Amino acid sequence: MTTADVALGAGPRDAHGSPDGENYLNCSKGLKSWLFTLDHKRIGVMYLVATLSAFLMGGIFALLVRFEHLTPGRTFMDADSYNQAFTLHGAIMVFLFIIPAIPAAFGNFIMPIMLGAKDVAFPRLNLASFYFWVAGAIFLVSSILISAPDTGWTFYTPYSSSTTTSVIPALFGVFILGFSSIFTGLNFIVTIHKLRPKEMGWFKMPLFLWGLYATAVIQVLATPVLAITLLLLTVERAFGVGIFDAALGGDPVLFQHFFWFYSHPAVYIMILPAMGIISELIATYSHKHIFSYHFIAYSSIAIALFGFLVWGHHLFTSGQSSLVSMVFSAITFSVAIPSAVKVFNWLFTLYKGSIELKTPMWYALIFIWVFSIGGLTGVFLGALSLDIHLHDTYFVVAHFHYTMFGGTVMALLGGLHHWWPKMFGRMYNEKLAQFATLLVFVGFNLTFFTQFIMGSLGMPRRYWAYPDEFAIYHVLSTAGSVIMAAGFFLTAGYLLRSLTNGKKAPMNPCGGATLEWEAASPPVHYNFDGDAPKVGDPYDFDRVIYDPDTDSYHHEPLPS
Amino acid sequence: MVPFLGGASGWQASLLAGAAKTFWMPEQRSTFASDVDALFYGVLWICVFFFLLIVAMAAFFIVKYRRTDARPRAEKSSHHNTTLEVVWSVVPLIIVLWIFVVGFRGFMDLRVAPQGAYEIGVTAEKWNWTFTYPNGYEDSNLHVPLGKPVKLIMSSRDVIHSFFVPDFRVKFDIVPGRYSTVWFEATQTGQSPIYCTEYCGTSHSNMLATAIVHEPGEFDSWLAAAANWMEGLSPTEAGEILYTKKGCVQCHSTDGSVGVGPSFRGSFGNTRAFADGSSTVMDENYIRESILNPTAKVVVGFDPVMPTFQGRFDDDELAATIAYIKSLK
Repeated sequence: MTTADVALGAGPRDAHGSPDGENYLNCSKGLKSWLFTLDHKRIGVMYLVATLSAFLMGGIFALLVRFEHLTPGRTFMDADSYNQAFTLHGAIMVFLFIIPAIPAAFGNFIMPIMLGAKDVAFPRLNLASFYFWVAGAIFLVSSILISAPDTGWTFYTPYSSSTTTSVIPALFGVFILGFSSIFTGLNFIVTIHKLRPKEMGWFKMPLFLWGLYATAVIQVLATPVLAITLLLLTVERAFGVGIFDAALGGDPVLFQHFFWFYSHPAVYIMILPAMGIISELIATYSHKHIFSYHFIAYSSIAIALFGFLVWGHHLFTSGQSSLVSMVFSAITFSVAIPSAVKVFNWLFTLYKGSIELKTPMWYALIFIWVFSIGGLTGVFLGALSLDIHLHDTYFVVAHFHYTMFGGTVMALLGGLHHWWPKMFGRMYNEKLAQFATLLVFVGFNLTFFTQFIMGSLGMPRRYWAYPDEFAIYHVLSTAGSVIMAAGFFLTAGYLLRSLTNGKKAPMNPCGGATLEWEAASPPVHYNFDGDAPKVGDPYDFDRVIYDPDTDSYHHEPLPS
Repeated sequence: MVPFLGGASGWQASLLAGAAKTFWMPEQRSTFASDVDALFYGVLWICVFFFLLIVAMAAFFIVKYRRTDARPRAEKSSHHNTTLEVVWSVVPLIIVLWIFVVGFRGFMDLRVAPQGAYEIGVTAEKWNWTFTYPNGYEDSNLHVPLGKPVKLIMSSRDVIHSFFVPDFRVKFDIVPGRYSTVWFEATQTGQSPIYCTEYCGTSHSNMLATAIVHEPGEFDSWLAAAANWMEGLSPTEAGEILYTKKGCVQCHSTDGSVGVGPSFRGSFGNTRAFADGSSTVMDENYIRESILNPTAKVVVGFDPVMPTFQGRFDDDELAATIAYIKSLK
């Protein structure tokens, strides 16, 4: 027995906390035990693999787009292929990757453990949600094999009702993915309401759960609107019923209103769980109580609610009335405040902390960097007269990549490294990880910062060919994307290698104070061996004690 | 000063109409440009300040409070401060409210054209622009007089397009089924690119035109001469100009390369095979029908995407176009 075992005082466990070395990965074997599993952890892992595969596919399309832009005219693709490539990049990244990734992969895996529960409230619905994702993905990807849509991921009418490409399978795929999203949201709302332990009041929840809860509310309320919109578009295309197409007596701008009524809240589906992860990472690696818990929690809810009232800022140039544009501009600025509040609270969590610059913390700091740029450039776009100039240029492309990609994906990578030892019981190579993080950071900023400049100079988005004066920015941007891709492949490499060669992970390698760090690494089938430990303040790091012998932490039991 | 923040040229640019390109912004060639740029660089300064503040604080805390053997644990400190929360909520709120008001006022200037503005019609379609002047003359480029408010009455024949002139800082969507407008007043003679900024399919990125600003007197004489442009030209010469002006060039090449539509080179007198299995020799009547009713006969291997030009070619123009296609051996 090691000192860690004695300190745990919980009977015969090995150094990693599980009795007999049994865990959720090895408790049952065979393909069927995965495909029909109801275990939230296995479903989370399947979602992780699935969404990261979509990320790879979307990333390949992104690289095709970037390489096409190496020269102002044709580089290696014709205009139609380019239009299909950027459409698939956007549609795959948004619908198959960013929207589901954090809630469905990390939310699924971590949330029930954070609650001390055995599973989510509806495990079967959870598995159904995964298979709806798979079905949606099959339809969306199969549209590529027929003739890939070329409408942009926004499917604006009347272009989308008149193009000859296979829009309907893609729309149907997105329609099904919506159900997957609703199921996950519903499940999480019920789980957070009903499965919290009695000591965990709403304001004793880890902030990641606040992020997931706010996200789930948006998923349940907003996604049906997208489903209805896509259904109407399908009816218009298939039966010629005039809804959005002016030639049939419809209104094209109505589609934009419907579409953004979902898709603007959807950007908060992407960012709120990411902000939740950042709150966990900043507090954990500062080993200090999060600053102003209540303001961070309330700001999540504020963002979720305000997020429903700003969709019209995508339509400033569309011809909606100037009065409407004014109202949407004003509300758009108000949503900037809760985001700024979060950033300042994270900064003050660092103050007087005990900061450890491990890979997840680097990603959290990168998040603050890129999300600040993404948020601040949103101020330009919220201002009506500036948006007229910047709308549909690369400035907008850069802005939403800084928030969606920079924000969500940096948080996802931070969370992936943070919870990797918990999920798979292995430690990755920290030095390689930090080097890959540097590549991603440099590559990301080179790729997208240059796009701000060419955008405000007038470079329109979705352009296959472009004037020579923008060539330098495009070449730099493409160079950045290569550096970033190298960082991602390196990350995939050392993470996968750690599964077989990595050092075995202790229960709590990072000093986290939330319940998942009191579970085994990887956790047992029902998360805890017997009843879950009593839950305290999720940011009380005083009771998380460093143990130099095992280079890990253990929890002092709470006074009963 | 660093070019990033506009530098001396940036700030002066925002005060002087007609200033040169800066690090962030294209040349200023309309009366809006200086207001838009002043707000842009103002917001940029504010954002740079806050960004540097955030990064500097983070860097300082990371260095100062980094975990070392001497400092193995976090220090005791309060984890809430209502005053701070109120300050960093209210201060940014006041700043963004100011930005909102300035942006809104600039927007209303952009949206409300002065009385008596010179009106030019704009027709957008896949993938070309047609500008129609008060005397009925049509051109594929936008010619405007210097120092006079110009209002564009825009409509689309197919999907949504968007009219964008970076040098003028104006942009507005052209939605089928309704008219939309933009107005501007040019402050410099010369040429500026016009882009379509709402994705509209295959040749979206080639849906370009040029805004050409004339001296006021010169504009009137240009327009009078332009309206009679076919006089004194042979039909073949006139057809070559029409080929560009009417937008044929966007889809039909004259060098044999295949575009969205078949090339014109050496096409006259050849036999065309159609999607429905029929075929015909390409003669005067076939060309006329293909311009006025393009989907009647669709050449094998091409999509029926060409819009009708019924009412947009008069007989002289049709004859000139046919003569030009004949000449492309």
